[in-house]
Amino acid sequence: MKFSENWLRELVEVNADRAALAHALTMAGLEVEELTPLGEGLDGVVVAQIVAAEKHPEADRLQVCKVDAGNGEILQIVCGAPNARVGIKVPLAKVGANLPGGVAIKAAKLRGVESFGMLCSAKELGLDADASGLLELPSEATVGQSLAEYLHLPDASFELKLTPNRPDCLGLVGLAHDVAALFGSAVKVPAQNTASVTSDARRGIRLEAGKDAPRYLGRVIEGIDPGARAPLWMAERLRRAGLRSISAVVDVTSYVMLELGQPMHAFDNDVLQGDVVVRHATAGEALKLLDGSEAKLDSSFVLIADEHKALAVAGVMGGFDSRVTDATRNIFLESAHFAPAAIMGRARKLGMHTDASHRFERGVDPELPLRALERATELLLSIAGGSAGHVLVAENLADLPIPSAVMLRRDRLRRVLGVGVADTEVVRIFTALGMHITPADGGWEVTAPSSRFDIEREEDLIEEVARIFGYDNIPTHTPAGALTLAVEPEARIGELALREQLAARGYYEAVNLSFVSAELLTRWHFNENLVPLANPLSADLAVMRPSLLPGLIEALRHNRARQQDRVRLFEVARVFQQCASQRKDPGTSQQAGDPPVETPSLAIVACGSARAEQWGEASRPLDFHDVKGDLDALIAWGGEPQRWSVHDNDLPDWLHPGRAARVARDGKTVGYLGALHPQLAKVLDLGTDVHVLELALEPLLARRLPQAQTVPRFPAVRRDIAVDLPEDVSWSRIEQTIRETLGERLSALRLFDRYSGRGVELGRKSLAMGLILQDASRTLTDDDADRCVREAIAALEQTCKAKLRG
Amino acid sequence: MDDLDSRATQALADIDKADTLETLDALRVGLLGKSGIVTAELKSLGALAPDERKTRGAEVNRVKDRLADALAARKQSLEQAELDRRLASEKLDISLPGRDGERGGIHPITRALERIASIFARLGYQRADGPEIEDDWHNFEALNFPPHHPARAMHDTFYFGDGRLLRTHTSPVQIREMKGRQPPIRIIAPGKVYRSDSDQTHSPMFHQIEGLLVDETSSFADLKGTLAELIRTFFERDFEMRFRPSYFPFTEPSAEVDIRWDAEDGSTRWLEVLGCGMVHPQVLRNCGIDPERYTGFAFGLGVERFAMLRYGVSDLRAFFENDLRFLKQFA
Repeated sequence: MKFSENWLRELVEVNADRAALAHALTMAGLEVEELTPLGEGLDGVVVAQIVAAEKHPEADRLQVCKVDAGNGEILQIVCGAPNARVGIKVPLAKVGANLPGGVAIKAAKLRGVESFGMLCSAKELGLDADASGLLELPSEATVGQSLAEYLHLPDASFELKLTPNRPDCLGLVGLAHDVAALFGSAVKVPAQNTASVTSDARRGIRLEAGKDAPRYLGRVIEGIDPGARAPLWMAERLRRAGLRSISAVVDVTSYVMLELGQPMHAFDNDVLQGDVVVRHATAGEALKLLDGSEAKLDSSFVLIADEHKALAVAGVMGGFDSRVTDATRNIFLESAHFAPAAIMGRARKLGMHTDASHRFERGVDPELPLRALERATELLLSIAGGSAGHVLVAENLADLPIPSAVMLRRDRLRRVLGVGVADTEVVRIFTALGMHITPADGGWEVTAPSSRFDIEREEDLIEEVARIFGYDNIPTHTPAGALTLAVEPEARIGELALREQLAARGYYEAVNLSFVSAELLTRWHFNENLVPLANPLSADLAVMRPSLLPGLIEALRHNRARQQDRVRLFEVARVFQQCASQRKDPGTSQQAGDPPVETPSLAIVACGSARAEQWGEASRPLDFHDVKGDLDALIAWGGEPQRWSVHDNDLPDWLHPGRAARVARDGKTVGYLGALHPQLAKVLDLGTDVHVLELALEPLLARRLPQAQTVPRFPAVRRDIAVDLPEDVSWSRIEQTIRETLGERLSALRLFDRYSGRGVELGRKSLAMGLILQDASRTLTDDDADRCVREAIAALEQTCKAKLRG
Repeated sequence: MDDLDSRATQALADIDKADTLETLDALRVGLLGKSGIVTAELKSLGALAPDERKTRGAEVNRVKDRLADALAARKQSLEQAELDRRLASEKLDISLPGRDGERGGIHPITRALERIASIFARLGYQRADGPEIEDDWHNFEALNFPPHHPARAMHDTFYFGDGRLLRTHTSPVQIREMKGRQPPIRIIAPGKVYRSDSDQTHSPMFHQIEGLLVDETSSFADLKGTLAELIRTFFERDFEMRFRPSYFPFTEPSAEVDIRWDAEDGSTRWLEVLGCGMVHPQVLRNCGIDPERYTGFAFGLGVERFAMLRYGVSDLRAFFENDLRFLKQFA
């Protein structure tokens, strides 16, 4: 809502300067979003008339003008504006003026010709963005008059960011009531005149849209002058509200909308045939609108029609064929009330947003149509002449909203706000807001005017008191109140702690958008159970990510492309997959089935050297077991590593089949880790060193609550052995063999060397490991330890084709 | 006698001159060893008369003690010199970087979010969560946004084919929490939210923290106090704050909160940092809570905004580019 400050001040007394007015509006919930001062620095600018113009002898584009500056003063001024011509009245900045842009006007010589001042465009005066030529003033303007005085300047354009609950402030009269309440002053509403009826022209109106359109007023006005233009004061007010002057009829309806808040529409009466019918559109009905677009309608739209054709989409926009043109002399003026529910979302459906739809869908005072119609008639007749017909009224009173009294309890007011407000102040506030207030048991009964669609219940009244009383005047208090401490389960690791653990291991946390491109997912072979958006912003952001990795790898690529060779990133976020089963959910009947599954996940990506570059140690590229080390550390934290396992089968397509693992907890797959599949790495233009890990988050956060065991009283014995085995015997198999053989006697098994190559037969490897042996009841003897070693080696020879190395 | 004395004097001079531990040890053997000269003197005592043996014996022992002391003293001094030499040769360049000292870092959004969450944890607020893919009822209708209501226009919404949507705010978590239990309730719900809007100052995904308190005594004054504490403790300083009347369908009275921010150029301006209000009675009723018995307040804040102000981030998009040169600043 944009408007001229001077206009508002004409409607309500404000004993405050501009800044204080703006602050008061903002602090009353009518946020001033923009404030543009107009017409400052116009001292020395007057209305002048060009009385002669000749070509500049030295320059094609310049003219040497003789200008009447009033009081018989004729000045010679060199001017380059294309529209400078004899007879027009324009603003003249005299020598000594300082224009808003910082231009100081001096007597000057332009290409050898003297010039005593400057003729100005709107832009040069800081009034408008228009710099195309001189600002042409109406011929009635008085030569010599100060321009500021003539244009009622200085002024300012206020732009309010109004919340949807305050449509009453979409008209200046409504706004004036709030201002009056804020400043304790009175509104000065324009007198309501009734135009004298001088024509008998009339037209029937039929209401056929039920409660969607309960009141429709119209009037025929004949014989207007199609060439008439809105007077300067009206055009200026429109301009300061962001609207251009178009024609007398359009300007008058716009002006009344700004003043009172009632959107109106004028039809070319000669195009209408028979009665005006207010009805619902039929499915598939089409109408060409004022802006030239073709609206395809359905039965949710209310139409204004005549007996043969649709004329306008009610509350949204008029039709093209029935519009008022340059030649229109007879009009049918509409001023109606449409129910907000009948207009809500309709303009959006047509891909548009209009001043009318904006107001109607929020709610326009149902008592306004008559007042607005009379006001518009009065203004139009005074500008364009013509004779007005009778006010034609069609209404279903039963369908009009009836303001009802709402109870406000004194105790409730105090309880919700946390402060008491004096009774006299409460009464003052509601009275100033134009509400009817009467004392009632324990409080008051308040009836809002028909313009206030937002007053339905006690809380609405409390808000009004708080708003005008001032939120700043409500004290600040820290809540006491009942407090039950929530239990934080110790058997669960906090997400922040997990993140910090990863940061401590050298990873940086990344945050990617939750949507990715379908094309990227195809590269990764993520094709199943995807959750696509119906209205994505772009194809790049079209599908909810089924995995954190594609996005995280893109982040890795981003960094690699910026001279970061060693990248380690992690992300904790949800991944989305369509639920496989499609059960019907009774709670949400309109929806197809179960909601998609959201799984909080953790992913890691890493590339480059295993460790940060260092002077003391040789660098080596990252490999599978580095990332597995990260996994081991995360698992170890939960205290139950025995519940976790890795497997080399059932790997996804995007992993290297030999350098990747499936991770399971209690035998259930919870994620994967390993090197990216070389083909995928190639498609993504990555090297072979990129390793990834992705796991469901919840299993990682589970932690064992420790149960202390007695520390062993007897020392452990260590025996190291080295065995030679076939390459394809996995460590887990060796470990399992030794554990099963030695049982409780083995307290730990430590692999400390792995070797293949010279000295070891091709296809075999040598492993060296330490057996930590322990007995809970005694110190093991050398014989005991030797027996253990023999048993372990025998078992390895038997099940793993091992040979003891000498 | 004279002979012993002179030999002792000579031996002491030799000990003093010994410049290696080996030389010193050879001297020790020559003097006090099994066949050393002092040992020989002691052995020879047996041949003397008892009286003479006594005096002579005392003298020899005195010499022996003197020599032993001198050997020990010289040994210690040589060892100290040896240690000093070694230590001097073992000097490291302690300015070389240590091994494996690198570490990563958490994202500034997480950092700001957790800081806010911990402030509320201290006030007894529990963490709550809800789905990011919501239904219309939880995201809009239960929060008093009827279908097509203009207030919905402030929430540019991403939809799915089945009518579900990406939550546009964390407020649906209020509904889920209140439906499940009775007051007193104190929760905060941090999480990702989505609006179909993308430009320099809007990201289609961002983070919000929702707060909700419902009990028998809470008032707008309590809401003001709680948020003043949030601002003071998060920024570690006092700000001039103002509560401006605003409109959210699910709170009434509603407010937007501005803080008086000092810009780098020395100017100050009001900066909107969050929205809040008293929980609308109809919302309480929608969740089976009696609005006559209970009142509550709710607030929602944008984590990115807090992180930008706290850490001086000027471009919202930097949060989602994951450029290490940016992330490393928050390690």
